[in-house]
Amino acid sequence: MVTAERVWEALAEVADPEIPVVSLVDLGVVRDVEVEDGRVRIEFTPTFLGCPAVEVMRDRMAEAVRALGAEPEVDVVLDDSWSTDRITPAGREKLRESGFAPPAPREATGPTLVQLQSHAFRCPYCGSTDTRLENIFGPTPCRSIRWCASCRQPFEQFKTI
Amino acid sequence: MNAQAPPRAELDAVLAFADDELVLGWRDSEWTGIAPFLEEDVAFSSIAQGEIGHARALYELAAGALGRDADALAFDRSPEEYRCAPLVELRLVHDWAGTVARHWLYETADGLRVAALLESDWPELAGLAAKMDREEAYHRMHAQMWADRLRSSAESERFEAAVGELWPYALGLLEGEQRDRLCELVGREPVEAIGRDTHSDELAPLWEEMTMVRRSLPGATW
Repeated sequence: MVTAERVWEALAEVADPEIPVVSLVDLGVVRDVEVEDGRVRIEFTPTFLGCPAVEVMRDRMAEAVRALGAEPEVDVVLDDSWSTDRITPAGREKLRESGFAPPAPREATGPTLVQLQSHAFRCPYCGSTDTRLENIFGPTPCRSIRWCASCRQPFEQFKTI
Repeated sequence: MNAQAPPRAELDAVLAFADDELVLGWRDSEWTGIAPFLEEDVAFSSIAQGEIGHARALYELAAGALGRDADALAFDRSPEEYRCAPLVELRLVHDWAGTVARHWLYETADGLRVAALLESDWPELAGLAAKMDREEAYHRMHAQMWADRLRSSAESERFEAAVGELWPYALGLLEGEQRDRLCELVGREPVEAIGRDTHSDELAPLWEEMTMVRRSLPGATW
């Protein structure tokens, strides 16, 4: 018998297609799981609208549900209910260990350039805050590029949204 | 599915918005590989991807309300049926001052448009606008940074000339009071707008290229 709890456990094993060290549950993109008569409905919000991994995420979640012997329905919800604040503490730690600086907390007013150029961002390798913004944009929509003046390494910073 | 269909005017606005983002995303992507330096290549490509992602979400929203397919809305209409503003149609690749001028004018106008949509009575549209606004904050930041940079450079006259040239087009993105607000934000007097009732000569060749693959094999699944 499939329960919501088992579905959550299964989804916690589904890796993010672009940053496989974190699962979709770590990322906080799974909004809700409902189970009724062997049918599993998952509500999910992508990180960024332009994220090319959305289909892969949807298919992998559906696959995980099928492996439990249930029929999946994955609804993609496009609203502001996902924010980088939803990345779990465990997810943030996994990101940091893999060299991705976790996002700063969201603020009501949204980010500003002055803020991004500040020294509030910590290098995931050496922990120094002597870092500077190299590029607001990075290899995927969710990341910026920063440079650590202390250990002289570039690193990827999760954008706050 | 919506319990109540959104009003036609709102659907038209969503389609126009989607067309703007798709066509601008296409134009921005023409810089991929040839932007002034590597970081900018990454940034402009990412912005292009962001705009196309927004276009897709808007087409999907409109498609749901119209009972149509999002890809069909994006690629199966004739060029005359697109409702994008001529500002986004212009081919500005190789002209970085012009490209930054358009980027800055577009993002400034787009900020006003998205802010208004946050108040929409169509809950899915208001929700989507809130998500887009969070992402667009980074586009606006990038546009402002470049506008400031070119204004304080030796090429400032070239940049201001490009802004002046594109100004009637930028006004054409918006309607009514939002145009007045754009004048204030940009610091320019109102002029006759080049709006959505017309298309530039540059849309047709862009459409040819943009829809080429899809037209080559109608109905194919990729």
